[in-house]
Amino acid sequence: MSTKKKRSILYLLGGVLFMFGFAYMLVPLYTLVCKQLGINGRTTNTPTVLPSSIKVDPTRSIDVSFTATVHGNLGFIFKPLIHHVTVHPGEVKLVYYYAQNKSGKPLTVQAIPSITPDYTAKYFKKTQCFCFTQQYFFAGEKADMPVYFYIDPKLPKKTQAITLSYTLFDVSEHLKKSQAHYRRGRIDIQ
Amino acid sequence: MLGFARVGRFVARTLTFPVRSVKKLLGIVALVLFQLPVYAHSGFSSYWNMPRGVTSISHAIYHIHMVALWAGVVICVFVFSWMLFIFIRYRRSKGAVPSGVSEHLGVEIVWTIIPFVLLVVMAIPATRILFEIHDEAKPAMTIKVTGYQWKWSYEYLDQGVRFYSQIATPQAEINNQRVPSPNFLLEVDHPLVLPVGQKIRLLITSNDVIHDWWVPDLGVKQDAIPGYVNETWTKIDKVGTYRGECAELCGTYHGFMPIVVKAVSPAEFQQWLAKQKVVGGGKVGKSSKPSAPLSENALLTLGKKIYEKDCAVCHQTNGKGLPPTFPALKGSPIATGPVGPHLAIVIKGKKGTAMQAFSEQLQPQELAAVVTYQRHAWGNEAINKAKGHALVVHASDVTAAEG
Amino acid sequence: MSHDHHHPTGFKRWLYTTNHKDIGTMYLVFALIMFFVAGGMSLIFRIELFRPEHVFIQPEFYNQLITMHGIIMIFGVVMPAAAGLANWMIPPMIGAPDMALPRLNNWSFWLLPFAFLISLSTILMDGPTPNFGWTFYAPLSTTYGPKSTDFFIFSIHMLGLSSILAALNIAVTIINLRAPKMTWMKMPIFVWSWFITALILLAIMPVLAGGVTMMLMDRNFHTSFFEAAGGGDPILFQHIFWFFGHPEVYVLVLPAFGVISHVIPAFSRKKLFGYHMMVYATIVIAFLGFLVWMHHMFMTGAPIESQLFFMYSTMIIAVPTGVKVFNWVATMHKGSLTFETPMLFALGFLFVFTIGGVTGIMCALVPADYQYRGSYFVVAHFHYPLLATVMAIMAAIYFWLPKWCGNMYCESLGRWHFWLTLISVNLTFFPQHFIGLAGMPRRVPDYPLQFTDFNQISTIGAIVMGLAQLLFLYNIIKTVKRGKPAVERPWDGAKGLEWTLPSPMPYHSFETPPDDLDEH
Repeated sequence: MSTKKKRSILYLLGGVLFMFGFAYMLVPLYTLVCKQLGINGRTTNTPTVLPSSIKVDPTRSIDVSFTATVHGNLGFIFKPLIHHVTVHPGEVKLVYYYAQNKSGKPLTVQAIPSITPDYTAKYFKKTQCFCFTQQYFFAGEKADMPVYFYIDPKLPKKTQAITLSYTLFDVSEHLKKSQAHYRRGRIDIQ
Repeated sequence: MLGFARVGRFVARTLTFPVRSVKKLLGIVALVLFQLPVYAHSGFSSYWNMPRGVTSISHAIYHIHMVALWAGVVICVFVFSWMLFIFIRYRRSKGAVPSGVSEHLGVEIVWTIIPFVLLVVMAIPATRILFEIHDEAKPAMTIKVTGYQWKWSYEYLDQGVRFYSQIATPQAEINNQRVPSPNFLLEVDHPLVLPVGQKIRLLITSNDVIHDWWVPDLGVKQDAIPGYVNETWTKIDKVGTYRGECAELCGTYHGFMPIVVKAVSPAEFQQWLAKQKVVGGGKVGKSSKPSAPLSENALLTLGKKIYEKDCAVCHQTNGKGLPPTFPALKGSPIATGPVGPHLAIVIKGKKGTAMQAFSEQLQPQELAAVVTYQRHAWGNEAINKAKGHALVVHASDVTAAEG
Repeated sequence: MSHDHHHPTGFKRWLYTTNHKDIGTMYLVFALIMFFVAGGMSLIFRIELFRPEHVFIQPEFYNQLITMHGIIMIFGVVMPAAAGLANWMIPPMIGAPDMALPRLNNWSFWLLPFAFLISLSTILMDGPTPNFGWTFYAPLSTTYGPKSTDFFIFSIHMLGLSSILAALNIAVTIINLRAPKMTWMKMPIFVWSWFITALILLAIMPVLAGGVTMMLMDRNFHTSFFEAAGGGDPILFQHIFWFFGHPEVYVLVLPAFGVISHVIPAFSRKKLFGYHMMVYATIVIAFLGFLVWMHHMFMTGAPIESQLFFMYSTMIIAVPTGVKVFNWVATMHKGSLTFETPMLFALGFLFVFTIGGVTGIMCALVPADYQYRGSYFVVAHFHYPLLATVMAIMAAIYFWLPKWCGNMYCESLGRWHFWLTLISVNLTFFPQHFIGLAGMPRRVPDYPLQFTDFNQISTIGAIVMGLAQLLFLYNIIKTVKRGKPAVERPWDGAKGLEWTLPSPMPYHSFETPPDDLDEH
């Protein structure tokens, strides 16, 4: 085989392998782009530390609503205990969700957040949230699940309302060893 | 063979000239269309074209659609008339000799620039309308729309009302056993009732796979994605009933989860709302008054009705289902086994399948009735009797099992 | 010197052949068979759609049929047919004796029947065959997908591998084996089209492979690329799929463009208008094709910035595409035209493709797409360029069949085939614009009564289309078996190295590279 032919084959095959890797690269790239551009309506799953320099903006009031969805016929009751709050940007607020395992067997669940309008995800900061970890529930167990959040004062002026939604998923297939039997970040009810 | 060749030659001569075959085509089309449409004025509001709709957004969308349509027609007319001219003028059989150029930078530039300008002209109003669609002005109320396999649920977030909305077209009509009614496949048991003239925010999500909420008359469409909430809005100008369908393949009965929006005056809306908070029926949350126990016959009658409405679409009227996706109930281990697991699966559903938790949609009395019916029907009664399993379930049993 | 006394006959010949002509024939025969299989599936579901209520197939089976129809038409008909044309015509067109990698060529073909056997074998398995549409979105295909999905994924891997190897072969052939005097800008435009197609394939098939591998891992190894529960995202699937999926439609249509650019000049007896612009336009289309994928996702809750960017990028593609259409018509202008069957099909392509392009611009406008997406308007739109591609492939077959088998096809049968096909394509798909606009969603087995009339017209069109293709099959078989012998250059206006060879082309041709390029 001529060198020129061999070279063409090598370069083209290299391109193929690169594109295969590119497909996998798309996975973290996608998360990165969404986070940087603040689109996609996904808030982070890690706690934000409230900066000491934060100033509450008393001139603006943002209407924050809460909603909950239980995914896939999971036998859970899951709902926000408070449906609306009004906050000033920079002010830390505490709200609760309520969850009860009515499936008849122990389950590990994870609440996945979604914010709308999507661009506000960048500005919606949670300092503490039950959604940061998987949650283990005995059969019949109930709990109040807190979310501590504040809104970054840099929120665009046009925004007047934000809705935070959680979808509760069964994560038995995706158990994180480090969070096995996790029952933190919530208040169990007797 | 000879005859075929002669017919072929005759047809070939007549058919190669484009105009005559177009006339022939128009003839065929006219003949077909002369058959008066039996179903012309049912269901959706339009027949040939996109509906103008009843919202400012649907009007704007209609407008840009027509602009693009006419632009397209102009382009097609230009290209096709040029082609037609060439077919007539430059045929070799008419003595034409190839004489044209094969390169002309000027004309290439012209037919690059002109389409580009045309596109910019269309992009400007399209951009403006898109900003209108993403408008964030404060809404009068928010409705959460959840897609399921294969129905919708609507939750009035500020008013605490929630119910399921599933197809009300009888199985007999779908299975071609009865003449379809005018709103075939476009009727639901509990429509979404909305007040006109007020901005309604819609939060759209899904319980399982991706669905899509679409009502053409409102100009609203948005994907329902599990784990996400998508936001859109509508402001309906005119009182009326507007119908739509799921617009994303979501499994077996994707074509059977319609949407019905009933737009009423604000006063009528308040009246309707007040009733929802009191009465049960298709809504989540238990009815406040406990129901009196029914006789076995009454349970069976009610149970059969509920079964046809809620279960037959998957498990079939004859109980045979569509295994393995939709198990048979006729002779099934669950329907001819102990009552406990049978009640449990109807009440709680089955995780990761399309079997819903029907305690969210049916009152205890209805659940008792349908379970009783299933334990009797298709020969299950004899099997249950032989094995000594309970045949009748009462509302109180259901309430106890719901816990 | 002929080497014919060496090569085997019968079944072994076809299994072991490394000859580009044999392999081209196998690709084309395979594509023709699959055309009837996938076409037959469409007739079944079109009959179901003749009435608004249930006719004779269940919704579950309906979903399986439409899925297989799409997969087979794309991966089993159009792509193999184009590969068949490439195999037969690229080496003669550039004056080469064969493809650069003849044994790889054999594998590239044989992977195809193997892959489809796996796919079709899922019919015999317990549980539903793939039923999630040819676009197999997550989570319908992952968490909620039937057991057969894993075999489907394996089949896609085989199909992708076949395409990658074929594309590699074609690209290496074109880069290295051109006749000495054939510079890049003297290359026949069919060869240019396939070269660009090959590069696109090499870029996108690995991405599809990555995507379906992620699906496999989600389904079997508890990863969560596309599952929100584990921190993944169903929308990521759509990004990966359409990053492959959009350039894929250019893979389907670019070889067709190449064919048309040969047929029209031949029957106009005039050089292709604006050869350079045609090459540049093709390159621009291919490049832009990588920047528009999200127009398939406008309704997923995309932010307005994404919608705007992809609206503009999608609209821009109309410019180079329009340039090509105008150049084809300008080629005919002031030419000397005759209307034999290949030319009829090429003109049919122009007519059908232009309509498809125009509805594509409509779909690009995002506000309008709010009403089009997920409806029959989109189905009508994409079938137009696809059927145009099919017509271009038919043009190619009529055009080059004399060269391949040495016999002329029956012209009057060809004309019957053309007119029936052109009319039935429009009868089938034009009414679908109306029902889509009026509100009928796609991928549904039954529909509201309003849509009955146009659905019935569409079904009748489909049946006529199916029957018309039998004429095509009959014509091909009759020609190969006992057609009238063809001359070296049956089309007096045709130019190019392939027309300097005898008809049929000898089993080995251009064993020494040619000196003259037979240009206009």
